[in-house]
Amino acid sequence: MRASFVFGEVATGLRRNVTMTVAMILTTAISLGLLGSGLLVVRTIDRMQQDYYQRVETVVYLSADLSANDTGCTSSTCSALRGQLESTPGVQSVIFESRQAAFARFQRIFQGQPELLQLARPEALPASLRVQLSDPARFPSIAKAFTGKPGVDRVTDQGEYLRQLFRALNGLRNATFVIALIQALAALLLISNTIQLSAFTRRTEVGVMRLTGASRWYTQLPFLLEAVVAGVVGAVLAVVGLVVGKVAFVDRVLAGVFEAAIVPRLGYGDIFSVAPILLLVGAAVAALTGYLTLRLYVRT
Amino acid sequence: MIRLHHVSKSYRTSTRPALDDVTVDVEKGEFAFLIGPSGSGKSTFLRLLLREEVPTAGDVYVAEWNVGKLPQRRIPQLRQRVGCVFQDFRLLPNKTVTENVAFALEVIGKPRRTIRKVVPEVLELVGLEGKSDRMPNELSGGEQQRVAIARAFVNRPLVLLADEPTGNLDPDISQEIMVLLERINRTGTTVLMATHDHAIVDSMRRRVVELNLGQVVRDEARGVYGVGR
Repeated sequence: MRASFVFGEVATGLRRNVTMTVAMILTTAISLGLLGSGLLVVRTIDRMQQDYYQRVETVVYLSADLSANDTGCTSSTCSALRGQLESTPGVQSVIFESRQAAFARFQRIFQGQPELLQLARPEALPASLRVQLSDPARFPSIAKAFTGKPGVDRVTDQGEYLRQLFRALNGLRNATFVIALIQALAALLLISNTIQLSAFTRRTEVGVMRLTGASRWYTQLPFLLEAVVAGVVGAVLAVVGLVVGKVAFVDRVLAGVFEAAIVPRLGYGDIFSVAPILLLVGAAVAALTGYLTLRLYVRT
Repeated sequence: MIRLHHVSKSYRTSTRPALDDVTVDVEKGEFAFLIGPSGSGKSTFLRLLLREEVPTAGDVYVAEWNVGKLPQRRIPQLRQRVGCVFQDFRLLPNKTVTENVAFALEVIGKPRRTIRKVVPEVLELVGLEGKSDRMPNELSGGEQQRVAIARAFVNRPLVLLADEPTGNLDPDISQEIMVLLERINRTGTTVLMATHDHAIVDSMRRRVVELNLGQVVRDEARGVYGVGR
């Protein structure tokens, strides 16, 4: 195989259908850019989930009786509960918080609101076992196992409201992927069309190649490479777009949010770790589309 | 070299077969005309030899290949050994004479050194040595057909198929093309030429295979175009 010949053909093909080539590259770029954004959102969400769920606890509130009488989880009921929790798979640590400790924390949290503190009595607050889970998804099974046990008032999960937040974020991610998918469809059709057009404008060459006994690869590789070049250039543009989007949009709009560490900061490292995926997807999808188009529409 | 054995070919779009139980043998080094009116099956005959079509029934042999049963990936091997020229030349308009001929070798992966050596040789054989850098639109019809013949012959095929190669040319130029095809035939290449051209067939006195409605109606060793026509 003579590489110079094949690449010469590729360059000619791309130049001859320059408007289609540009359209093909831009559509691919937008599609891959959206895919990349989706992937970055996924990364951010994952990191947020890790961050947040690490801080979040499942709380087993103890009954009024235990709360009043057990200050160090020494009663058999409380220590049994604690033991059971500790031996439950997925539980990282269990900390006992007595009524006094809960009241102290309450006072600390609401120290700015003295009238609230005046009203509050330690008796209003239950003692609790605060459980750190290695996997927040285990909450339901723990809630089920411990609700109604002697000495347990109720089991709550601070993760519940986080789940709502993440449901919204996941919705955002899914929407990005759906748009990326629709855009990808447009890109596929454009690639397919461009290859057909390219094959049509070069039908004399292709005809001569077939009749002189050029192998299938020799005849079709130039078209395939045209598609791959478009896919790769599209991916590069997509990465550039992501970098520009980060600098011009994300960093500015979300500056406060990053500052407050509510959302983990999006770094260049994140973009460049997504970049190879985009390149690979761009090249592979373009090549596959090209191959199928040639199989279906171009005679050998 | 070329052998059709009870070959029939039907197209889905037509009720009458394009070729109907045709049996023809062409020996190595032979020069044969394939004649007959339009629609008699000449083009189908040639297309079968190039595996542009597959026979509906019967076997087509070119050299050692059973063409109709050749697996897809081996078709290029066949076509590398069978050259062909057409009425409309089919030159690449944006390439020079040399590039057009070299193209046939480039696309089958011949090394550049070989291409640089053999292209001038074949251009000399067809009498175009002074015009190697011209573009096709700067050449006369006869010269363009010479380029096409050079391209078909540059890889030294076993068989040269010519589909009405003089159809677009006036009689004097046609005679020159025939001289060229004879020269190629003398190198040992089997030549099969489909034509309508009475004058040429009559003057050459070569083998004539006449088709009509898809059947061989005449096969003469030193024939003329038509008796009483």
